[in-house]
Amino acid sequence: MTTFPWLTTLGLVPLVGSIVVALLPRGRTLLAKQVALAIALITLGLTIAMALQFQADSTEPFQFVESHPWIPSFGISYSVGVDGIGLVLVALATTLVPVVILAGWHDADDSRGTVKGYFALILVLETLMIGVFAATDVFLFYVFFEAMLIPVYFMIGRYGGVQRSYAAVKFLLYSLLGGLFMLASMIGLYVVSAQITGTGTFDFLTLAGLEIDETTQKMLFLGFFFAFAIKAPLWPFHTWLPDAAAESKPGTAVLLIGVLDKVGTFGMIRYCLPIFPAASSFYAPIVIGMALIGIFYGAFVALSQTDMKRLFAYSSMSHFGFIALGIFVFTTQGQAGSVVYMVAHGLSTALLFLTAGFLMTRYRGSSTIADYEGVNKPAPVLAGFFLIAALSSLALPGLVSFVGEFLVLLGTFERYIWVGALATLGIVITAAYVLRLYQRTMTGPVKPELSGMKDLGGREVTALVPIVALTIILGLFPAPILNVINPAVDRVMQSVGATDPEPTVPLSSAVVEGTDK
Amino acid sequence: MSALTSAAITVADTVTEFELPSINYSAIAPILIIFGAAVVSVLVEAFAPRRARRPLQLVLVIGSVIAALVVVVSLAGTRLVTAEGAIAVDGPTLVMQGTLLVVALLGALLMAERGIDPQGDAFAPRASALPGSEDEREFTERGYLQTEIWPFFLFALMGMLIFPAANDLLLMFIALEVMSLPLYLLAGMARRRRLLSQEASLKYFLLGAFSSAFFLYGTAMLYGYSGTVSLPGIAEALTAKPSEASLVTIGVALLLVGLLFKIAAVPFHQWTPDVYQGAPTAVTGFMAATVKIAAFGALLRVLYVGLGGMRWDWEPMLWIIAILTMLVGSIVAITQTDIKRMLAYSSIAQAGFILVGVVAVSREGLAASMFYLIAYAFTTIGAFAIVSMVRDASGEATHLSKWAGLGKKSPLVAGIFAIFMLALAGIPLTSGFIAKFGVFTAAIESGATWLVIVAVVASLIAAFFYARVIVLMFFSEPTEETASVVVPSAFTTIALAAGATVTIVLGIVPQPVLELVSNADVFIR
Repeated sequence: MTTFPWLTTLGLVPLVGSIVVALLPRGRTLLAKQVALAIALITLGLTIAMALQFQADSTEPFQFVESHPWIPSFGISYSVGVDGIGLVLVALATTLVPVVILAGWHDADDSRGTVKGYFALILVLETLMIGVFAATDVFLFYVFFEAMLIPVYFMIGRYGGVQRSYAAVKFLLYSLLGGLFMLASMIGLYVVSAQITGTGTFDFLTLAGLEIDETTQKMLFLGFFFAFAIKAPLWPFHTWLPDAAAESKPGTAVLLIGVLDKVGTFGMIRYCLPIFPAASSFYAPIVIGMALIGIFYGAFVALSQTDMKRLFAYSSMSHFGFIALGIFVFTTQGQAGSVVYMVAHGLSTALLFLTAGFLMTRYRGSSTIADYEGVNKPAPVLAGFFLIAALSSLALPGLVSFVGEFLVLLGTFERYIWVGALATLGIVITAAYVLRLYQRTMTGPVKPELSGMKDLGGREVTALVPIVALTIILGLFPAPILNVINPAVDRVMQSVGATDPEPTVPLSSAVVEGTDK
Repeated sequence: MSALTSAAITVADTVTEFELPSINYSAIAPILIIFGAAVVSVLVEAFAPRRARRPLQLVLVIGSVIAALVVVVSLAGTRLVTAEGAIAVDGPTLVMQGTLLVVALLGALLMAERGIDPQGDAFAPRASALPGSEDEREFTERGYLQTEIWPFFLFALMGMLIFPAANDLLLMFIALEVMSLPLYLLAGMARRRRLLSQEASLKYFLLGAFSSAFFLYGTAMLYGYSGTVSLPGIAEALTAKPSEASLVTIGVALLLVGLLFKIAAVPFHQWTPDVYQGAPTAVTGFMAATVKIAAFGALLRVLYVGLGGMRWDWEPMLWIIAILTMLVGSIVAITQTDIKRMLAYSSIAQAGFILVGVVAVSREGLAASMFYLIAYAFTTIGAFAIVSMVRDASGEATHLSKWAGLGKKSPLVAGIFAIFMLALAGIPLTSGFIAKFGVFTAAIESGATWLVIVAVVASLIAAFFYARVIVLMFFSEPTEETASVVVPSAFTTIALAAGATVTIVLGIVPQPVLELVSNADVFIR
């Protein structure tokens, strides 16, 4: 194990970069973009370098661990480290940031905020995203969790659409509501830890090892879960998402839905389950119910949307239902599937929003579905990417989202066969709205206004290709990611005290093959 | 030293023996320094030529405050009761006095500003001239500037220094008056919108006098019950004869009305918005920050030292007041259209959050309340510094609509103001978050979980109006109406920079200050 502070470096690079970008003279917009992109690429390079040193078979719960006392008065330390789950999510974040910067090259050009400001905010957000997935101190996690709101708030409010300030405030207040209840729970947890061990602490491993009595667990769980359910968002805490997504720039939406919302589901698997095992099993049926409703509610509402961004938002909500379902069925496959699904959803969200964003910049920025018809004639490449995005969203076999969805369903079937059967129906509706969207906008006779539409340029294709490549490679060969995730998931399962149900038929699923490689 | 403290000289008299009170002068030196400076300041007003007054006063004020601060720091660790039990110098006293002096220094810098208002400074040229009268116009035209604010400032500060140190109710009452009377006058001295200012002054005076009377009446009741006005004496009486409940309960209630008035707790908050709005902004900032500290210091001492024995009687009452204060402050702030009034309601809501720490009734509660006061004071004074800089042709542009798009016109100033708003809203990485975290922790530790849940809801409501200011500054386009930011002289700049620095530093590395307050979390009894 190296002693190089990987995670801190990883977090500092974008932060320093954002300061540099913010200090550039106002007129140098091109330079600001170039610096931002370079910083994001350096961060990605560092992430890859770090990931290569990650030992999947390590017995340590966390790797690249650093710990320094921060506020000893409250038992708070600056402690970071990643397990497999944290690592893939950090990697997701650092992959999407350069893509978003490149894709959103002109996003901020005609906004009311400055161009450099937009890119500086993206970099600050990157620091906070890395921090939130890397924190192993609950307080530190909370700080990142809440601080993330501020850059997003400004990204929506300053650079968004017509209803931007409404959407930004709604987003902020909703998230703060969850965050404040989590704060109360977190303080409660601290007080409980002080009662049990004599000194209060926020260290995750210590907290996860505590034997908290069940009544207390049930109360504290609610605060954490509420925050995560709003963040994710699960039905019925989702109403901020469509507004925020619709008013954001495509790049903002990608980071918001693709990465930030994962903090919610990440929080459930990282914090809710290991720290409150008894409460998690107690509430599992309710959460599974919420997840199921979310799957169908999101899908049905998506079916009736007339605006692309809102459609994607509701579709994401439906996918978050799957992720939460996988976490709360307490099977190895379900949870591993959820984590894969988080990554897959991040990638497919990026594809959807960015391609749609490219489409919108070609026609007055309109995101109304009815404004587009027959785009595949003037812009075949764009239509092609749009199709891949659509297929990735409906989890076509061979794409990474399929691996995630399949594992989640498999894990669900193992435990609750009827829930699994119901959830499977959700896929059908997903296929319906996604394909219908493609059919309406891309096929058919070309709308006269659109006939002169330019196809994707080199920059735009460059931004999309890595995502498409990852989607396909990980879809065909998920072993690397599963190998990293599985030990972490096993630890979560252990800490909840859950074991996989005895299989009634011999296991011969793709997972086992995948993990054995 | 020995010469100072060996005061117990007995004077033999034919009838009675009179014992000179023993006073540890070094322990009360900070108060004496400010008192001395205040007296000299009056003399300067009377005898120094007009030109020399301002430099003399500034040297006097800044010098004396710094000197007092140095003495407070050198007293660190002192725990004693002096002046026949009337003054307690202990951890909380010194922390509060130290904070008061630093914040007062920043307040003095704001009041000394002469680079913002084109007519000179923020104060009426002659406070005695009737608003709108011929005299007033003449004084303004001649460009008169006055320096009478400085003696008032110093006397008020002296009262504030005594207030949290007062270990008996009579001295506490005197401190209350010494602190308040100059403030009533200062509130009425605004150069512009003088009627509003004078109305504020009168309102503050009348309601303040009322509340002082309540305080005094409460003191009398407690004296009637316990035969003493000293806080430890009352505590003793409470344990000795806990039966005569009605007299004590009424006395405590009246006493608390007086103190809760000063911290602007609901339902004793009615004066706050009017006074905050009417008073010159520099005075508002000074007063908002310091009176809160001094009054909470006194409240904490009364509750923890004097009335600890009947905790079960006043705790439910303070719960209700804390809840009301948080909710009313936050909800009413939403409807405000004037930035100063909004900050006034914000300060009411903040008082509610501090009360959450107070009703924890524990060492942690005391430490957390002190930390909150420190964090709040610096943020507040910084926020008012900015309010004094945002102006249009008619003076300060306090209507919120004039702040629309300020982020585009002056990104730096608007950005700093946004940090203050986020700190008051309690967002992580600002002092306000650690402060809230501290009081909530203390409250949950002592079992007040439900109070914290209400506080959480109130925080959310409060976040709404703080966020609204940010929305206005950053997410709206500037209009014709939008005010502009006047570049101030070094005075305001230093105060603003200090406020912003402390707000951020306490959010990121709060440990030294947390240690300071937790080392000072025991009252001497």
